[in-house]
Amino acid sequence: MRKYTPKDSVQRQSYFSDRFFVTPPVPRFNPNSDEIFAKDFAEIDYSIQVKEGYIENNHLVIIIDKSFLISCVKTLKEKLEYDMLIELSAIDYLAKKDGYEIFYEFLSLSKHRRIRVKCFLQKDEAINSLTPFFSSANWSEREMYDMLGVKVSGHPNMKRIIMPDDWYDHPLKKTYPLQGDEAASWYEVDKIFGKEARDIIGPEQRDPAAIDRYDTTRFARLGHEVPFGMDISQFEPETSISYEEEAGNTLVKKLKPEESVVLKRRR
Amino acid sequence: MAQHKINYLQDSGAAVKLTTIDKLVNFGRSNSLWPMTYGLACCAIEMMATGASRYDFDRFGTIFRASPRQSDVLIIAGTLTKKHAEFMRRLYDQMPDPKWVISMGSCANTGGMFNTYATVQGADRIIPVDIYLPGCAPRPETLQYALMTLQQKIRKESIFRAHKKKRLV
Repeated sequence: MRKYTPKDSVQRQSYFSDRFFVTPPVPRFNPNSDEIFAKDFAEIDYSIQVKEGYIENNHLVIIIDKSFLISCVKTLKEKLEYDMLIELSAIDYLAKKDGYEIFYEFLSLSKHRRIRVKCFLQKDEAINSLTPFFSSANWSEREMYDMLGVKVSGHPNMKRIIMPDDWYDHPLKKTYPLQGDEAASWYEVDKIFGKEARDIIGPEQRDPAAIDRYDTTRFARLGHEVPFGMDISQFEPETSISYEEEAGNTLVKKLKPEESVVLKRRR
Repeated sequence: MAQHKINYLQDSGAAVKLTTIDKLVNFGRSNSLWPMTYGLACCAIEMMATGASRYDFDRFGTIFRASPRQSDVLIIAGTLTKKHAEFMRRLYDQMPDPKWVISMGSCANTGGMFNTYATVQGADRIIPVDIYLPGCAPRPETLQYALMTLQQKIRKESIFRAHKKKRLV
């Protein structure tokens, strides 16, 4: 749990300092503290070179070099019965370490154990695809490429999965602005009308509270409709709202309660 | 037809009623608004509820059509993403004139709470909107009211003069 700090005068402060949740450190244990994990770790450590290994939140976490990834996954799948790839993704460390940390979560249904494999990837390097071993890696690696720009080699269908194919940049990078860069802010206008329509449509209105009371090119007040672009800052004509039955329509009639019949019982 | 002829016909029991072309055509248009079966996000759930038996759009003559070629109202029900914007515009272009647009809910009006890179900040950047319906998501009664307001708007339109859309493009 996050430590409670009183928030009575938060509105008066210029900046709310207790803004981001800082994860408390989780205790790490030696892989030998669990019987099954100890065997698995010994097996992996025998075949490839493991940089670091520990148990955290009942997961065995092993950190390897990216060149050992395929052989490690082969060992996990074929020898150690880790037959499901639950999740894979990357974490952006471009600013700190000039690369991505990539993690893979494996589950063994027969052993009831989970293993997390982590490796570090430099910015311009490509990671090997796990699609030949696990089909679930197909879309996850496409998402990893789409959102973070991690290059994957050996993937059968390497293209964006969420953003459109002609999108510029990868939106889950830490450097990507939340409200989009220039290409993103004009994306739909450029695509539909062309760049020359930018001046007519104008930039995006990002202030959710912005309403121009006298803007008759975009808004019309109900009961005060005026022609397009008319100046209403001085005078605003009233146009009456009338219902169809009041205007004497032949087919639509207003219900008069005194003339209606209420049935005593259901027929 | 002169007034005395109408009086003559009405006196002899014929059902004669005088009206204007505008009123007659708008009567037909406003009471048979066919929206497109087109939902984008959670507002579509409310739109479906409005079309179902409890709130019953059918009694307004509003019947959902599964093709843009047969519909004349586009209800933008939900978040319009930038990826989807061109498809929405294409559907709008495929609808025959006259056509009207109801922007349903905060996301379609202004982008709503999705002040992000991937959401169109107001569907009126793409297509001209007639009715902006606030709410997140609007209740079925609210969508009914928006439809009735659109009907009133249509009844005031002239059928010979194309009314100017709120957007230039």
